[in-house]
Parts: sequence; C-alpha cells; structure tokens
Amino acid sequence: MKSLTVFSRSLSLKNKDYNHSSEGAVFPASPFSIMVGKEIADHLRSWRFIVLLSLIGLTFFGALYVSLSNIKSAVSNTQDPDRLFLYLKLLTTTDGTLPPFHVLLSFLGPLLGISLGFDTINSEQNAGTLTRLMAQPLYRDNLILSKFVSAMVMVGCLFVSLALLMIGAGLLITGVKIEPEEVLRIFAFVFISFVYVGFWLSLSILLSIRFKQTATSALTGIGIWLFLTVFYKLVVNLVTKALFPDPAFLAPQQALAYQELISNFLRLDPSQLYTDATTTLLMPSVRSLGPLTMEQMAMAIPSPLPFKESLMIVWPQVSGLLAATVLCFALSYYLFMRREIRS
Amino acid sequence: MEKPIIELRGLTKCYGSLKAVDNLDLTIQKGEIFGLLGPNGAGKTTTIMMMLGLTEPTAGTATVCGYNATTNPIAVKRKVGYLPDSVGFYDSMTALENLTYIGRLNGIPEAEVKDRAFEVMTAIGLRDAADKKTSAFSRGMKQRLGLADVLIKQPEVIILDEPTLGIDPSGVKEFLKLIRQLSRQHGITVLLSSHHLHQVQQVCDRVGIFVGGKMLVEGSVDKLSRSLFKNETNVVSISLAEAVPTPWEFEDDLHRLERVQRVAVTDNVVEISCLSDITPSLVRFFVHKGLDVTGVHKKEYGLDDIYEKYFENNLAESNTNEKPNRVFQKSFFKK
Repeated sequence: MKSLTVFSRSLSLKNKDYNHSSEGAVFPASPFSIMVGKEIADHLRSWRFIVLLSLIGLTFFGALYVSLSNIKSAVSNTQDPDRLFLYLKLLTTTDGTLPPFHVLLSFLGPLLGISLGFDTINSEQNAGTLTRLMAQPLYRDNLILSKFVSAMVMVGCLFVSLALLMIGAGLLITGVKIEPEEVLRIFAFVFISFVYVGFWLSLSILLSIRFKQTATSALTGIGIWLFLTVFYKLVVNLVTKALFPDPAFLAPQQALAYQELISNFLRLDPSQLYTDATTTLLMPSVRSLGPLTMEQMAMAIPSPLPFKESLMIVWPQVSGLLAATVLCFALSYYLFMRREIRS
Repeated sequence: MEKPIIELRGLTKCYGSLKAVDNLDLTIQKGEIFGLLGPNGAGKTTTIMMMLGLTEPTAGTATVCGYNATTNPIAVKRKVGYLPDSVGFYDSMTALENLTYIGRLNGIPEAEVKDRAFEVMTAIGLRDAADKKTSAFSRGMKQRLGLADVLIKQPEVIILDEPTLGIDPSGVKEFLKLIRQLSRQHGITVLLSSHHLHQVQQVCDRVGIFVGGKMLVEGSVDKLSRSLFKNETNVVSISLAEAVPTPWEFEDDLHRLERVQRVAVTDNVVEISCLSDITPSLVRFFVHKGLDVTGVHKKEYGLDDIYEKYFENNLAESNTNEKPNRVFQKSFFKK
C-alpha cells in the first residue's frame, strides 16, 4: 500500500495486457483439477502422510519378509491345493509372528482412511479458508469431491506400487514366472483394499462436515473403527446367545439358518466384508463364505477355483463395500450442499 | 439511469424464530461505495452471504451484476470479490502460492497467473513477503493479502466485511484510501460493512444503517444528519469561566433573541439550539452581558450521533427481541 502510484499504473497495465485472456483463446484448467492438484501437493508435503506411508510400508515389508522366509515350506506343502500360487502365497503365508498383509490391512486401512479425511472440511472452516474458497467461482460439491479424489489417488498409488514391489521382489528372489490369474487376483485384492479405505475416507469426510472440531471428528472416527473391530463381534454374539436357542438343540436345517443369520449380522461390519473378500481372492481354494453341508461337499475335489468363480463369491461383499462408501459420500453431499458457510 | 449493480428485494432470512434479516430492500449503483453500518449481530454478514449465494434467503431475491445470487451463484462469484471478516490462508503455503491458487481457480491462465500475483502483491505492498509462509503473517498483513486475493480476479464488485478489524490506525487510513482510489479509477463498486463509524464516514458515498435485520435509513452522511436533526440543526455550546446560577437572569433575554429555540444550562456550559447559525450574535450577547467566555463550540452532527440516535430508539426493541435460550443450548452440541 506504500506505493499507490505504482499500483494505479500496474492496474491500468493489467487491464490492457490481460484482456485477451477472457476471450478464451486458451482454456485454463478446470477448478476441479486445480483443487485436486493442490490437495495432492498438500498431502505429499504433510507429515501425516509420511507417517502413514512409513507405517503401511513397514507392515508390508514385515509381512513380506515373514512370508518370504516361510515360502519354501508353504509351497512344498502337498496338502494345500493353493500351493502353486506362489505370489498369492507371498501375500498370505505367515509363521504366526506377524499376521499376513491382508489381515494387517483390515486394521490399518481404516486408520489410513480416517487420518486422511478427518479434518477435510472442519479444518478449512476453522482456519477461515472455507469462506475464501467458497467465494470463488466454483461449485460447492467440487470441494468435497476434490478432497475425496485426491486422497483416493494417494491411496491408489500407494497400493499399486506396493503390489508391484511385491511382484518384483518375488520375481527377483524366486525367479518363478507369475501367472495371469495371480496378477488378476492381486489387482482385485488391491481394488478391494482401495474401496475399503475409500469407505473409511468417506466416513471421515462425513464426520468432518458434521463436527466443527477436528479432534471430535477424529475421535468419533477412531471410536467407530474400534467399536467395529473390537466390540461389534462381541455384541452380536451376546445378543444372539440371549435371543436364540442353543444350536446344539436345533435341527441341522435350523442351525444352518441360525448360523447364516449371525454371519449376516457380522457382515454389517465393513472390515468383515473386507476380510471375507480378500481371503477368498487370495486363497483360491475357498469355496464359500458360509457353512457348507456335507451334501454340498460330497465328491468335491479340494482344488483352487478359477478367478471368475472367486469373484462371484465375493461380489456381494464388494458391492456392499461400494454401497457403504457411496452412502457415506451421499450423506456428506447432502449435509454440505445446503449448509451455511461461515467462519 | 443505469441498471443497479446490486439489487436486494424483500430479502429475508430467518433462523428459527429469529429474523436475522428482515425484508431488506437495497439498491447500489455502479461505482458507488456503500457503507453498511450496524452493531454486531445486526445481520450484516448474513446479508453479504445471501448476496454471494452462500446462504439461501428465506424470502426475497438478491440480484448482483444482473444475476440471481441464489440460483446462479457461480456467475455472481466470478464478478464479485469478497473479503471475509476473518480471512484465513493455507498456513503451509507461501503468500504467493495462496494467491496463485485463487488466481487459478478463477481461470487465470497458467502463463500469467504468477505475473499477475506479483503485480497485485507489489501494489499492496507485500512484494517482499511473497515467499513467506502465511502462518508468519500479522493480522494486518493477512488483511492486505486478503485484498490482493480479491483484486487478482479483477472484480466488478468488492464486498468487504469488517475490513479494518484489527489493523492499526495508519494502516486503516491507507487501506481505505486504496479502496477509494480503486473505486474511483476503475469504477469498481464497493460494499463495505463495518461498525466503525468514522472509517465509513471517510470513504463512503452512501451509508445504510442496519439494526436488528432492518435497514433503518440510507443516504449520504449529509443527508442523513439533515433529515434526522432538522429540529435542532444548529447547536452552539458556550463555556463560561464560572458556573452559571440555576435560575439564570439572562435566560429570558437569550430567548428573546431571534431564532433561538431552546436553552439548556449545565454548570458552566450553556447549550443553545437555534434555527439558523447565529453564533456571532450569541457571542456578542454574552460579551455584552460581561460574562467570561472561555470556549465556543458549534456542534456538527456526525455519523456517531446519527448512530446513537438510532440505537436509542432501537435499544428497547432489541431487548424484547432477544434470541430464545434454546439456541444457546443447541449450540453446545454442535461443537
């Protein structure tokens, strides 16, 4: 403000020089892609993402190390119909010191999603940047969409690079050629993990819109995660034990229906869906996620299923996860679109 | 006459039973500097929010630059620069990055966005701080950067919500001078909301006094004071060296003077209201009577008095209009 004369000069210059830009000779990038770019840059520069990256990386390499040191016995186990899928074995073999990677991911995925999303909207609101941003010519939904997309791009890159690293390390160390089916299965696993993290991300974005304090939304997100991983099974068991008769006194048909009911309740928990889906995909010999009768099992040869069949088994799980993600996201839209923007 | 650039018709916003903005009509012409004056909680920010389409009005329409702000907010926001009262920046980014981000969002091509940001920053006096993180900025610097942020999109209308809050007096002066200059040189319409009367008085062509969601009066400061104080246009207070005895011997003589309306005596000050400016003859009168005049003050009505006058009238009303307790209880859970 000290140089008012300079200012008036520069402004008049500006009007002369830049008028051509509004005529649209060059189309500038859309606000949405600019926002996604900025969000990704923010993530990359933040300590939070570095911490998460090292956490996931550590788990991955730990799990890989454990499986590599046990791969020999796992592959030479003739009792196991899946023994020939070396790369799937790399992801699932363990000697008990560390759970396999997909199990670890069912714990860490929520943490990844929650910590990437818990402060998306409320931190902007608290810092006063939300009003400033909303006063620009951009659609309101672009903001939450860009936040979601940028975090998902990060997660997607992370998972794909981890999968490729795993395949590369496997190739280098064992020298065994990878089957196309294994590639399909591994990338299906990556996709399901991606959707799973997406669910938690959209849930935490929803919480960040609902609550004004970042601490509240983070705590609520972690609370939901802990409840689902630790207490939910307990509660389902308690309730079914109290309400239903002892399965020992039931006819087999009834016992089966009863078992089905319990597992359906358990499937309300997204981590259950995720575990079911990944287990089926990474262990081709898994034929069903529910109980099988003796008649169904009779004459069956314990052999791996083709990829398409495994995919058919987990299709309900995948659609369930997708539906939960979409639901959370739709709710976020609903809350955010008509909300009053004030700092 | 040109089409007005901002036109509010019957604008109303209710929060539950509380009417934040009540049937507001306002027209602002192009190139004008309009001051929206009102105490805290008068509904100034709500009105601005509705003009930008950030809040839906309960009733009525807000038309800015020919677009309906509620149904077509994007077109409005393309033409309007808004500086919120507590402007925030991304702390992890430098001032330049913050500015270019907003520039890009407004569709400024990549090739020129940096040059333009530098230009605006130079103009605003922040060129040296361009590569500093905004977390290290003082309140005044942030406010300036906020103005740079508004200017980079070359708006037709600038809306400033309490722009001088937290800036030191000399900074305020420069800030207002700059706003006035901008408006005059480039025909930018400025809407300024504030509760600082003197600042508004300095720059605004027209002011509107806004209390309890209603526009009580609008017009230029001159016109306002004339219309408000037409009964007592000229008030002269004369201070004397000694206290005046209560049944004052000269009071009747004073009344006999032409055009004197009212005489009020407090201690050693005599306040005389008259229909026209008769200060010289009043002084002559006092000197003639052998009284020691120590000071003569001709009272002029400023915004302060206008403001006060309106507040007096509205104080009683607003007390009965208080927000119901329920609102406060509810806000606990929203945290």
